[in-house]
Amino acid sequence: MKMTGAQALIKALEMEGTEVMFGLPGGCILPAYDPLLDSSIRHILVRHEQGAGHMAEGYAHVTGRPGVAMVTSGPAATNMVTPLCDAYMDSIPMVCITGQVPTSAIGTDAFQECDTVGITRSVTKHNELVMSAQDLPLAIRQAFHIATTGRPGPTLIDIPKDVLQNSMEWHWPTDAEVIDSLPGYRPTMKGHPRMIKEAARLILESERPILYVGGGVLKARAAEALLELAELTNIHVVTTLMARGAFPDSHPLCLGMPGMHGTASAITAMQQSDLLVALGARFDDRITGKVSSFAQQAKIIHVDIDPAEQGKVRRPDVPIVGDCRLVIEEIVKAIRELLATGSTQADTSVWKSRISGWREQFPLSYEPSEPGEALKPQFCLEALRDSAPPDTILVSGVGQHQMWSSQYWRFDKPYTWVNSGGLGTMGFSVPAAIGAKVGRPEATVWAIDGDGCFQMTAQELVTASTERIPVKVAILNNSYLGMVRQWQEMFYEERYSEVYLSPDTPDFVKWAEAMGCVGIRVDSPEEVQPAIDRANSIDDRPVVVDFRVAASEKVFPMVPAGFGNDDLLLPPSQMARKEFLR
Amino acid sequence: MSVTSTTSQPNYHILSVLVQNRSGVLARVAGLFARRGYNIFSLAVAPTEDDALSRITIVVDVESTPLEQIVKQLFKLIEVVKISELDPRRSVERELLLATVRATCDDRGQVVELANIFEGKILAVGADAITVSLDGHPDKLDDFEELLRGYGIVELQRTGRVALPKLDREARLRAVKGKVV
Ligand SMILES: Cc1ncc(C[n+]2csc(CCOP(=O)(O)OP(=O)(O)O)c2C)c(N)n1
Ligand SMILES: [Mg+2]
Repeated sequence: MKMTGAQALIKALEMEGTEVMFGLPGGCILPAYDPLLDSSIRHILVRHEQGAGHMAEGYAHVTGRPGVAMVTSGPAATNMVTPLCDAYMDSIPMVCITGQVPTSAIGTDAFQECDTVGITRSVTKHNELVMSAQDLPLAIRQAFHIATTGRPGPTLIDIPKDVLQNSMEWHWPTDAEVIDSLPGYRPTMKGHPRMIKEAARLILESERPILYVGGGVLKARAAEALLELAELTNIHVVTTLMARGAFPDSHPLCLGMPGMHGTASAITAMQQSDLLVALGARFDDRITGKVSSFAQQAKIIHVDIDPAEQGKVRRPDVPIVGDCRLVIEEIVKAIRELLATGSTQADTSVWKSRISGWREQFPLSYEPSEPGEALKPQFCLEALRDSAPPDTILVSGVGQHQMWSSQYWRFDKPYTWVNSGGLGTMGFSVPAAIGAKVGRPEATVWAIDGDGCFQMTAQELVTASTERIPVKVAILNNSYLGMVRQWQEMFYEERYSEVYLSPDTPDFVKWAEAMGCVGIRVDSPEEVQPAIDRANSIDDRPVVVDFRVAASEKVFPMVPAGFGNDDLLLPPSQMARKEFLR
Repeated sequence: MSVTSTTSQPNYHILSVLVQNRSGVLARVAGLFARRGYNIFSLAVAPTEDDALSRITIVVDVESTPLEQIVKQLFKLIEVVKISELDPRRSVERELLLATVRATCDDRGQVVELANIFEGKILAVGADAITVSLDGHPDKLDDFEELLRGYGIVELQRTGRVALPKLDREARLRAVKGKVV
């Protein structure tokens, strides 16, 4: 069958199961927008291409399916760089289509020409400039295959305008053709049997084990397997910022988040353990603190599908390259076999009681506001959490509000937490929440945003209103770039430099209303609950709640950058008993 | 560019990287080295016996980064099909050097003699300069270059080394990572 490159592109996207794509047209991508009119694919027209990228990410986060974005050349492609990098850092499957100037104009500094493939090379798992219409279906198949297999990540296909216009003979490559076309790409799925046995043995021998769970567990859809492993061995679990929800917070074995702003018990349990079972985690500097003083007595079992993560930061005693779900299942099997053949698990009761002690002594805590004092952001989060319908998806921006969200929410299901972990992209939450709501329309989606972050991408609420995507946004408005303010307070002698925004400019309620949303302002504790109830009852348009919160509140615990995890700073009310934290 | 004798502990590694012959591959490899802060001593790219593949021979500084990370990061590039680490003690290494040296009538004879001793070739002779070529083990090229320096080098170009495993019985091509079936 003869068709144009543009028709082949849209058909290929359909064949790959694309239901929705996020984008904005322009000169070079124009030919592709025409066959889109006749396609089953829903296109969501964004107000800025960065929004399209983050929407695709939010969609992928909650559905596990690749998010698809399509934009034009030049400035549109460069607007995509931030979301691509964000998706790369957080291993989010995403396919981005960019228009390019016609092949004859490439290299001439033509209008809206930029070296998209060159610019995005280091922020994509793979990218390609397709020079012939005939090559389009294979390129698209490869892009989806690479984005969604192995360690997931973003891919980009750059298509010159004439390639979209030229005619081609439709051919849909088979799986085998795709795999043969990528001889250097064979992700390892199954762990090495000897390593798996060794891991099982170490786990049973350990007296102070911890399961250190990272985002890879969610990518591998391994939450069930993880629960089985934890319950079989009765080992406590920490879930990193990327893994919140991979293990239920309500589970007695869950210690919450480790790292720079983790719970004291999660941080200390890792520090003191004799065996860290790292599952789809990458020993990020926000987790380890100073590497040389991180969990010094711990042996390491490291399960990761990316061989390059093994030994990148900390040399594992047992490296296992493979898919987290398959490997965890095999480890569970191996442990069961050992137990069935007479092996026993080491006594972990002393360890358990130390952990319980830490949990009792050092819960997350903040000072509630005195009557007449400004609202506490943590209080708002607790109220939002306690009124949230089941299965609510929480999306956050980057800053203090992000850390409080991760700390104070209760994640009991996988894929209910969406955030920008690796890149820490301010402006992520509004568009990512829109993408999440598109992917899971039946779920309530709350974005928790900072007043700083909100101002970076708020215009996408226009997209949400016009496309009828009723997300909810809670701005924890402290009138500061709060996280930076916290560092200046603590490490720069309270010399505040360029962190003050403004309490009432912009007027977030008016802004929300101008964008077709309902806007609600909350100043006092009494107004919190009614506002949340009202927001939760609105389902026909987006809602923005402007919570005016205390500017001086800081995130605790905190391991200052460059320090070891033993040097964590507790909330002031707990600092006096820090000596018990060992 | 200094490289110690191949008999002692070498301070460099030779990676022989088979890549798919697609546009941008070299940029990808070079970009990876730049972004991750790995030092390259030399790099040579050329087609292989298979049209679909090219071989990139990279000589890397062992002090700059653990080899294991370099290899693993390289292998993440989709177009990289196979990476072999060649042990310098068990491989044949060759490089080509071209040099134009200042040589007036008086010392032209000496330069020619030097080239002959090294089994190099005289490519062109001018009134006050002479162009020579030499191929061989990079260490030999180092020595030759050093000696040419005394006459005044006008221009010099080396290709960077290419290497293959030795064919003798002990030859070991340590496949660091290959196609996993
Ligand atoms: C795009 C971008 N620019 C700058 C930063 C650095 N940064 C991290 S947190 C933060 C402050 C965020 O302010 P706000 O959204 O008000 O959140 P808060 O910390 O006050 O809760 C800044 C500037 C960043 N992470 N991303
Ligand atoms: Mg703020």
